[in-house]
Amino acid sequence: MFRRLPDVDGATVEVTIDGRSVSVRAGDTVAAALIAAGVLASRVSDVSGAKRAPYCMMGVCFECLVTVDGVGNRQGCLVPVAPGMRIEMQHGRREVER
Amino acid sequence: MTRVGHEPDVAVIGGGLVGAAIAWGLARNGARVVVLDEGDVAFRASRGNFALVWVQSKGLGMPEYAAWTKLSSDLWGQFARRLADETGLDVAFRRPGGLHLCLSEREVENRAAMLSRLHNQPAMVKYDYEMLDAAQIRARLPQVGPEVAGASYCPLDGHVNSLRLLRALHAGMQQLGATYLADHVVEKIEPRDGGFRLTTRNGEVRAGKVVLAAGNGNARLGPMVGLDVPVRPQRGQIIVTEKVAPFLDYPIVTIRQTDEGSVMIGDSVEEAGWDTTVGAGVVSAEAERAVRMIPHLARLNVVRTWAALRVMTPDGFPIYQQSVSSPGAFVATCHSGVTLAAVHALMVAPAIARGELPAEQYGAFSPRRFHVPATA
Amino acid sequence: MTELRDFYDVAVVGAGPAGLAAANVCARAGLATVLFDEQPAPGGQIYRSVSTTPVKRDTILGADYWAGAAQAQKFLASGAQYVPGATVWNLTREREIGVSIAGSARLLTVERVILTTGALERPFPIAGWTLPGVMTAGAGQILLKSSGLIPDGRTVIAGCGPLLWLIAWQYLNAGARIDAILEAAKGDGGAAWRHAATFATSPYFIKGLRLMLAVRRRVRVVANVVELRAEGRDRVEAVAYRTMRGTEQRLPVDNLFLHQGVVPNVNLAMAAGIEHRWDDAQLCFAPMLDADGGTAISGIAIAGDGAGIAGAEAAQARGMLAGLAAVRALRPDAPVLAETEAVRGRLARFTRGRAFLDAYYKPAPQFRRPARDTLVCRCEEVTAGQIIDTVALGCTGPNQMKAFLRCGMGPCQGRECGLTVTELIAQARGVGPQEVGYYRLRPPVKPITLGELASLPKNETALRSVARG
Repeated sequence: MFRRLPDVDGATVEVTIDGRSVSVRAGDTVAAALIAAGVLASRVSDVSGAKRAPYCMMGVCFECLVTVDGVGNRQGCLVPVAPGMRIEMQHGRREVER
Repeated sequence: MTRVGHEPDVAVIGGGLVGAAIAWGLARNGARVVVLDEGDVAFRASRGNFALVWVQSKGLGMPEYAAWTKLSSDLWGQFARRLADETGLDVAFRRPGGLHLCLSEREVENRAAMLSRLHNQPAMVKYDYEMLDAAQIRARLPQVGPEVAGASYCPLDGHVNSLRLLRALHAGMQQLGATYLADHVVEKIEPRDGGFRLTTRNGEVRAGKVVLAAGNGNARLGPMVGLDVPVRPQRGQIIVTEKVAPFLDYPIVTIRQTDEGSVMIGDSVEEAGWDTTVGAGVVSAEAERAVRMIPHLARLNVVRTWAALRVMTPDGFPIYQQSVSSPGAFVATCHSGVTLAAVHALMVAPAIARGELPAEQYGAFSPRRFHVPATA
Repeated sequence: MTELRDFYDVAVVGAGPAGLAAANVCARAGLATVLFDEQPAPGGQIYRSVSTTPVKRDTILGADYWAGAAQAQKFLASGAQYVPGATVWNLTREREIGVSIAGSARLLTVERVILTTGALERPFPIAGWTLPGVMTAGAGQILLKSSGLIPDGRTVIAGCGPLLWLIAWQYLNAGARIDAILEAAKGDGGAAWRHAATFATSPYFIKGLRLMLAVRRRVRVVANVVELRAEGRDRVEAVAYRTMRGTEQRLPVDNLFLHQGVVPNVNLAMAAGIEHRWDDAQLCFAPMLDADGGTAISGIAIAGDGAGIAGAEAAQARGMLAGLAAVRALRPDAPVLAETEAVRGRLARFTRGRAFLDAYYKPAPQFRRPARDTLVCRCEEVTAGQIIDTVALGCTGPNQMKAFLRCGMGPCQGRECGLTVTELIAQARGVGPQEVGYYRLRPPVKPITLGELASLPKNETALRSVARG
């Protein structure tokens, strides 16, 4: 659970998270935007089915994998949000077509 | 200094797929076995292969090899089941049949011609295979790209999780009482007192018999016990992708989806000596060909590449031999240690235990074939 | 499409203090210089988002952070080509760099390479460390610096090391609530005092002390934690701990931050074939380097925390020395070379006291070699017990271990498990980590797509070794 510092301003952009329209801060990465939006688990482990969430936020742990604009296994902490972006959580393995 | 209890019956040099399969087979036969292996970083073809259990194109030039391969493929199921029963490890052996995809009409023609020559060899073992045209391959594998012009299919082809196979053989052989010694590179073998004395960096081992199963290391060891093992390293480079939901039902000779979900791509042959550096050009060429075969693959992330060294004989066929000057010394070497694991465990091992590789089964694989002048 | 030149004298990888300094010195000496960095803005981790942070009050992050802004500015004005959003996935001995920019991979060969890829958090494998809501302290810092986000709800920070106190201080400045700091028992406390005198004269001493005292005044600190566990089902709900003399305690939490120091990010350097050795003081593998960061591979140098953990100012000095070495090789008459001795002096000053910090904050063995049930490899979910049992099967090192258990085969390529696996094997075998070794790393050290790989240039030899049908 995280909250924004009160004096942080900045433009927002509209994205969808699992189909839901959400306003996020421009300049956030996808992983940060999900955390700010209160989404805790970004993916489900394909080995055990356990829920996983970002751990390192710097591109090292690969826990923040999400599907962005139809492309799976993107590291959310390395992708800046963009207007109209479609973000989807990953349940298990990526599909080869996505 | 390592001490091995009672003098073992057999010392197997090499703990890869060939050595471990033979050691497991020997141990099942009640022999006392010690396996001498290298350390953590070594040229292990067993850790770097493509994991196919493959029949369809083998044996052009030696029909005995085709028969041997088919036999192993037919025994593989029971081999896998016995390993699973003993160790609890499922090596994920699957035999759905395999494909060799062709990216042009010319490739299709060449493939058909080669298979025809293969199957027309005198004394060639009979088994089914099909040439599929563009429409037929699409019916079987809808995700192939537009350039795929056809394929050959053989119902006897399959694949396995070869790393788990190695682990299962290690676990299995030790469960059956074999002693495994890592970091015991063999420097010298000497016939001694009716048996053999092996000098390693970490101590001496004596055994009644010795089996050379050290891959490319056999070339150095062979002459010590009167065995001729002209093997050389041949580099192959492999690409592995991230794990994906299952989508590829058949192994393709250069593309397969593992039981873990990752996709492996391997399509290269280089004579590069002992160098296992990955070359961007080669993996790029393999990647390009794979993407032409199955376009969806383009979006998958590559998580790893590696280069490993095949153990290659001059004609590509195995060498099995028993030494004449040092009876009790054997060599078993090939580049298809995954496919042949079943016969190594279930046939070669018992033969070594009995002390003899019968000529009718193994004669064709003797290295004497390399000294026969080619008929004009 | 970013235009890259056909030729560069120097390529620098990583835009932290070392990389910024190296690129700056090379460019100002007139060398054609390019700097590749994965992030969209310069600063690396320590100065993350320093030119774009939404955090307005400079008292939150502190003066040391803002010093990075000047360094970034200097670099941006230096004339070096800056390529953000660039992922370097390979480096060969022949100085061929594989880099992916905007989803397009390319190869580039340069005269000299300076790797400044920095450090990452030491793995902190405790039971429950994979639960959502458990993060590294560094992750918390990134959320603060890059997004102005602070933890809400019940928050505990656990572990040891100077950065632990820094993040706590920054959080308190920002108004975040910290319920407790669980200070892990140290690994080697006694030995630290041998170095105390040197530390007392180092620039870190007063600064670090002030920071730690400021935090201790405002937050409950539990010292000498010897056991630590994150509990919960789908997310972290509590942290359980025990101190040296205490009984088990439990704190309900919404956020748990773990930190026990940083270690060099070795993947690119190792894949390039640079030899690393085990450093017993810092409990990690570090590259073998000369005084200017040069490796045994001609034309490839390493600077910054990737050369050995020593902090931002030392990284800057090392970056300069590596840059100066490149200048010396290519422009031996450059006037800037006169600064070399002064930079060496600065480096000596900023590495003084390091021995004390390394010893004082040495992570305790139970947090480096966890209990059997603890996950060691997060990606493939391999436990410590499985690793120990597989040593008994004759597995003597991490590469055979990887083949048998898949640990290290996941996308993180061993960054979260490698040190733990090496230390577990070492302990099980009764030998040192140097003898055990590390995973053999190969390209790509960061993922690239098959399509990108397919689009790289290929010469005749490469084409002939494939597609022989």
